[in-house]
Amino acid sequence: MGFLSRFTKPAPTLLRLRSGSFTVDREGTVVVGTLPSSFPAALVKDIAGQVLAAFREGAEAQLPLSEIVINYPGLRIAARDLRGGALIFLSAKEACSPASPA
Amino acid sequence: MDTHHRILLVDDEPDLLDMYQQVLKQLPSQPEIHTAGSGTRALAMLEAEPYRLIVCDLKMPKMDGLQVLSIVRRKYPEMRTVVLTGVTDEQFRSRVYALGVDLFWNKPSSEQETKMFLECLESLLGRGAEAGFRGVQSKSLMDIIQLECISQSSSVLRITNGPLTGRIWILDGELVDGEAGDLAGEAALQKILSWRAGNFELLPCEPAHPRTIFKSYNALLLESAQALDESRGAAQADGSPAAPQPPLVDLSRIEGLEFLLAMAPGQATPQMARGLENPEHMAKWARQTLQRFRELGERLQAGPLDHIQALGPQRHVTLAAQGKTEFCVGWTHTMNPERLRDMTRKVVALWAS
Repeated sequence: MGFLSRFTKPAPTLLRLRSGSFTVDREGTVVVGTLPSSFPAALVKDIAGQVLAAFREGAEAQLPLSEIVINYPGLRIAARDLRGGALIFLSAKEACSPASPA
Repeated sequence: MDTHHRILLVDDEPDLLDMYQQVLKQLPSQPEIHTAGSGTRALAMLEAEPYRLIVCDLKMPKMDGLQVLSIVRRKYPEMRTVVLTGVTDEQFRSRVYALGVDLFWNKPSSEQETKMFLECLESLLGRGAEAGFRGVQSKSLMDIIQLECISQSSSVLRITNGPLTGRIWILDGELVDGEAGDLAGEAALQKILSWRAGNFELLPCEPAHPRTIFKSYNALLLESAQALDESRGAAQADGSPAAPQPPLVDLSRIEGLEFLLAMAPGQATPQMARGLENPEHMAKWARQTLQRFRELGERLQAGPLDHIQALGPQRHVTLAAQGKTEFCVGWTHTMNPERLRDMTRKVVALWAS
């Protein structure tokens, strides 16, 4: 069976949104975090990069920001400025939805 | 004329595709069933030919169902979308519905479930078809009021335009009262009739409601129509409105509002700017930020961006979009952040009206 399993197709997985928090420095490097390791590191870096850029560009537009909250139907991202870095909270939303058929 | 709808089935399991293809052939409307073994193949097929409905699996290699449906919803908003999956996780159900998908269905395990699934698909295929009564959707509010009055009806018309709500009381075919925010009577009626779009519902009659309007409905509707024509004529005379328009007056009354930018796509300067001397920098930041987090949302598969709240020591700013117009709204820093979302929706609705 072990030999045969080498030929079986790996099951595709879906990206599961997670709740947790992480802190990044001004370079976007994750300092500490509570997100599960299954959440892709590339996405964590992506989120951090976008948040830091929004803070930076806000200051350039004469809009100093202490906090930014981004709302999606499936996820809420709340980021607080930490002297150039950021403390970022992810909250996956489990919205009510129509029930599945029995 | 061939009126058979076309359905695209997407699943990475060829056996399941064959099986579902056979099942879908039982649909009473006898649609054409086409299949795609991957998300990329499905998107290519959608580019090539029009489809009425797509039935898509979620777990697929390379491009999963969420990614496929996110693109489909954006590029083909009229297309009906269905997820047929073995995934039972509630989070994915929520995210699928957040994308605007019409139906999330777990793969049927019994004949009864299959029958119910087919009934749902048939209903989705039928929605928006040529047959049936669709006149009400294209009627203006004036037409609806006239219909109620001519038929001597007694009812309460409840009209909603985003967060704005109004009510019109009709008794034995006569308009007896109106209510819109702080306004009442004729003023409320004129305000409601100035809204360009919205939803309405007929509530049960309230015979004891006090009468404040004594003019005939014909006279009132005529006055409203004239007032609307005049305000539109003034706005179109030289391309720029001579006097402040009602929505702007309403906007200026909103507590805590500091500025408002409305931005059309692809234009460097804001479509409308109120309350900022040099709006270009703010508009640029707003556009960049909306674009940045819209793209991030797609990569995270978290659904379409709803709105952004940016809180600062000097002022708060909210960013949102409605249709193709993007909005950047400035608020005093004393505004409670929990109210920002509702207040932003109100501003956007007022602007759109």
